[in-house]
Amino acid sequence: MSLDDLYRDVILDHYSHPRNKGTVEGATVTREGANPLCGDEIRLSLVVRDGVVQDVRFDGKGCSISQASASMMTERIKGRGVQEAGRLIAAFKAMMRGEAAGEEMGDLEALQGVRKFPVRVKCATLGWLTLEGALEEAAR
Amino acid sequence: MGIPATIRDDFPILRQRVNGKPLVYLDSASTSQKPRQVIEAVVRYYEEYNANIHRGVYSIAERATAEYEAARAKVARFLGAAEPAEIVFTRNVTEALNLVAYAWGRRHIGPGDEILLTEMEHHSDLVPWQLLAQERGARLRHIPFDDQGRLILAGLDRLITARTKIVSVVHVSNTFGTVNPVAEIARAAHARGALVVVDGAQSAPHRRVDVRGLGADFYGFTGHKMLAPMGTGGLWARRALLEEMDPFLGGGEMISDVWLDRATWNEVPWKFEAGTQDVGGAIGLGAAVDYLERLGMEAVEAHEREITAYALRRLREAEIPGLTVLGPGIDDRGGVVSFVIDGVHPHDISQVLDTEGICVRAGHHCTKPLHRKLGLGASVRASFYVYTIKEEIDILARALLKTRELFRVAG
Repeated sequence: MSLDDLYRDVILDHYSHPRNKGTVEGATVTREGANPLCGDEIRLSLVVRDGVVQDVRFDGKGCSISQASASMMTERIKGRGVQEAGRLIAAFKAMMRGEAAGEEMGDLEALQGVRKFPVRVKCATLGWLTLEGALEEAAR
Repeated sequence: MGIPATIRDDFPILRQRVNGKPLVYLDSASTSQKPRQVIEAVVRYYEEYNANIHRGVYSIAERATAEYEAARAKVARFLGAAEPAEIVFTRNVTEALNLVAYAWGRRHIGPGDEILLTEMEHHSDLVPWQLLAQERGARLRHIPFDDQGRLILAGLDRLITARTKIVSVVHVSNTFGTVNPVAEIARAAHARGALVVVDGAQSAPHRRVDVRGLGADFYGFTGHKMLAPMGTGGLWARRALLEEMDPFLGGGEMISDVWLDRATWNEVPWKFEAGTQDVGGAIGLGAAVDYLERLGMEAVEAHEREITAYALRRLREAEIPGLTVLGPGIDDRGGVVSFVIDGVHPHDISQVLDTEGICVRAGHHCTKPLHRKLGLGASVRASFYVYTIKEEIDILARALLKTRELFRVAG
């Protein structure tokens, strides 16, 4: 197991320079996720309107994997349709299980290396599971 | 007499390499490694006289019973108990504390009564009392700690009131490493008629404990942190206190007689040992006590103090940018050094250290309220024992510099 598999440059870049960090003003939905085992926390705030994620920001604290994954996620889904975001969540979860993603993953592929470190998979998926809950809430 | 340099030969696990590096085990506060003397005692039980205790009249059952009770006697002597009957075997200190909360607490604690804990308790000394307080309508209060991780006793007279029934304190903090002034707290508690429970998870393995001199009424400990097998531990209390308590778990062995609608209880300590016990584990615990007694607890404590002082100095001298050590100076500290590094999450630190063969704990160490008060989600903890050597501290310090470098390049 090599550390380079885990700490790819793009991950460390998002960790030290997180994109879309903070809280969206006038959010239509907010959602908190936590990993009780390690104490990682993610707070998502989104503006979901007309079936589109108009804006999204994340806040929280945690390890490089959980924070970088959330940062990459916000970058990817901002301005995209809710359905597309849903497909991407499923694809990301599949990728972390070692299955075919069935979507173009782009930079997110860097997170594949986390699979070699099973304890850390939960860190990578925290933001995505939080987003899944947020989109379900927005649909209600 | 100090710890012999050959001690590491007794621990088979320390010979192995992990990720191509020698294993550097710095997580003894989680669980200690086991010497072959303990492993062999357990194997001997299973290979030579595995039988249920207090039941069979045949030879190997008698031998199993005798060895199980001999282990109890060893633990009793080790902790300064008046007699073996004052030691109840449990799975761990968590079960011991739950036993007290349930079997003593449910009878004696009522609405408006107070239970005094500290802000640095392990979850196992918080949650059982929370459950009890919710059920009985009692109130929880907490002794605060200062920025050095030491209990603030200035307001103790106000915190212990006429309504205080229980004061439960961790002897040595598993996160700060602080050695708490239990005797002083016990005097104040007893002056108000409260009983004192001591969580000895991090003290019994590391220093000479005299439960009666400590002023404890209950003392819980965990075997697996003191060289013994997983699933071993126990509770000490005076015989009279154990006798007036209700049972904890009901079942076989804990009874004197049983009818279809009622039962009477066995004598202490067996009243609290329902069902088949971990006999091999208890025998292993007895072997662990033998091992520690041979080393001498004074030598164990002196060795850990030397290693801990070295670690504090080495981490300071390494000048790792952004590193903060939690807890007090060496005078009030056991063999635990928790720390954070600004800008690098504890999990990432632990992950990088793992590639160097180093085992440390990353997380909240089951002291979430403590971490919350410090504004931290997690910390890294290095903890030491009889087999820890200075070279391992050097390896840790170098690996931390490397970790810092990896994440600085990224920033």
